Amino acid sequence: MTNDLELLGRQVGWEQRSYWRNPAAAGFSFVFPILIMVIFATTNGNGKIAELGNISYTQYYIPAIVAFGIMGVTFTNLAITVTFKREAGTLKRVRGAPLPAWIYLGGLIGNSVVVGILLTAIVIAFGVIAYGVSIPGNIAALIVTLAIGAACFCAMGLAVTTVVPNADAAPAIVNLLFFPLLFISGTFFPISKGSVLTKIAGVFPVRHFITGTFAAFDPHARSSMRGGDLLVMVAWGAVALLVASRRFRWEPSTK
Amino acid sequence: MGVAVAVDGLQKSYDTVEAVKGVSFSIEEGEVFALLGPNGAGKTSIVEILEGYRKRSAGTVEVLGMDPEKGSRRLKERIGIVLQESTTEPYLTVEEVLRQRTFWYPRPSNVDDVIGLVGLEEKRRARLRTLSGGQQRRLDLALGLIGNPDLIFLDEPTTGFDPSARRASWVIIRNLCSLGKTVLLTTHYMDEAQHLANRVAVIAGGVFVAEGTPDSLGGRNQAAANIRFSLPEGITLQDLPVPARPDKVAGEVVIDTQEPTAALARLTGWAVERHLELAGLTVTRPSLEDVYLELAGDAAERASQNAMKATT
Repeated sequence: MTNDLELLGRQVGWEQRSYWRNPAAAGFSFVFPILIMVIFATTNGNGKIAELGNISYTQYYIPAIVAFGIMGVTFTNLAITVTFKREAGTLKRVRGAPLPAWIYLGGLIGNSVVVGILLTAIVIAFGVIAYGVSIPGNIAALIVTLAIGAACFCAMGLAVTTVVPNADAAPAIVNLLFFPLLFISGTFFPISKGSVLTKIAGVFPVRHFITGTFAAFDPHARSSMRGGDLLVMVAWGAVALLVASRRFRWEPSTK
Repeated sequence: MGVAVAVDGLQKSYDTVEAVKGVSFSIEEGEVFALLGPNGAGKTSIVEILEGYRKRSAGTVEVLGMDPEKGSRRLKERIGIVLQESTTEPYLTVEEVLRQRTFWYPRPSNVDDVIGLVGLEEKRRARLRTLSGGQQRRLDLALGLIGNPDLIFLDEPTTGFDPSARRASWVIIRNLCSLGKTVLLTTHYMDEAQHLANRVAVIAGGVFVAEGTPDSLGGRNQAAANIRFSLPEGITLQDLPVPARPDKVAGEVVIDTQEPTAALARLTGWAVERHLELAGLTVTRPSLEDVYLELAGDAAERASQNAMKATT
């Protein structure tokens, strides 16, 4: 078992190497959120949001980008990477090697987690230093929320590979599921609470991850931990895990 | 010498298609065994069952004394699989991807040795996405060897190669054999089986139609030799000292004989006495390719006849 944990650590290391050398992966899931943050924060930097008790725009926007970044490196990146590796025959090769499946997938997930932590640190540091964003809430609660969100979106990333037929369709399907939800969930600007869009968004975990993350940044929040949001993410994560464990494929579809 | 692979009454069906219809064979340790057959004959189904990728429909299978269906780590540590199609980590280098694999196996081979064996020394620091098709296939071979396996599966190792690349790969595979590894090779190239294998099984339509050494396959060593030549002017078949038949397509006559030496002596003696020149005189045995085409062709014909019967 200790050997297996060491092996898992090594796999994360190899996946890291691979990730940073891949301009598509690192560009889209790492550079993109930082770029979006800089552009939005620069154009809206001095704005206030009346609906949220007149807090500064960045005070809302930074936690939303943190959640967005984590969803990108877990859900989007994992779904596309795993589909590509399946269609290229890499997963099939791994299946025939003695490396246990959980260690291989664990290496990919671990890579997402490492990138997610780095991205979170950069975004929060940028917000605090450049825009005076503060974290009035409980840091531990924030970390728990981010961890639950990351786990939920990792599971969803693996689950979504089961409905992606081939590598060409992967980016299209994954982004088509992800981006509309990002918009209606208030990632790039707050959505008014009573609207139909908010009700639709409330069914999916994206909005709950954003409001859950925002709780620790919200000076008017009663608690930094929003149990309802966490519950929705845990439920989606559990269903996704069930789908992934039942329907996950190791072989390319063209056969 | 133990038995590396033992297969008895193996069957595999996909939905309504019966791909493997009761196949039995065994492979001794250190042997190079070739499964030879056209596309769709059932080769890949058999190999993938032995590799643990597929479940069998019936029969027993033992690979290194274990049932591959159980997917045990202990078995996977002792086999090396070279797949028909596979890319690995496009952004890692040859050396890195091999080094990564050494941690997966309890007694791995030395990375430098494996790189040398497949001839990728110059590409060791190249990222995999930059490799040519042939280099990629050599890397596939290296990945199959890195775990220092006792048994290696080579699934059509040279499909799509140009002739010189095929020769180069054969040298590499021969080197493997000299290391005492057991090899199960699938191919649809006759000459490949002839060059590499100790024993060949021809498969067509999901059954073995012949099995033996490349020299004896299909009774080739006992088959009649053909003596061919063009009939000299003014001579008829009846004039010849040995019975012959015309081959109208080639415009030649053919003598089928089990004793080509004696038949040739009588024929040439007879011709020399009469100052006749036998143009285009040759003696041939059926090539392994002829045997194979005949065996595979017969099986395909039977299958199509059965299908006709079934539909009428």
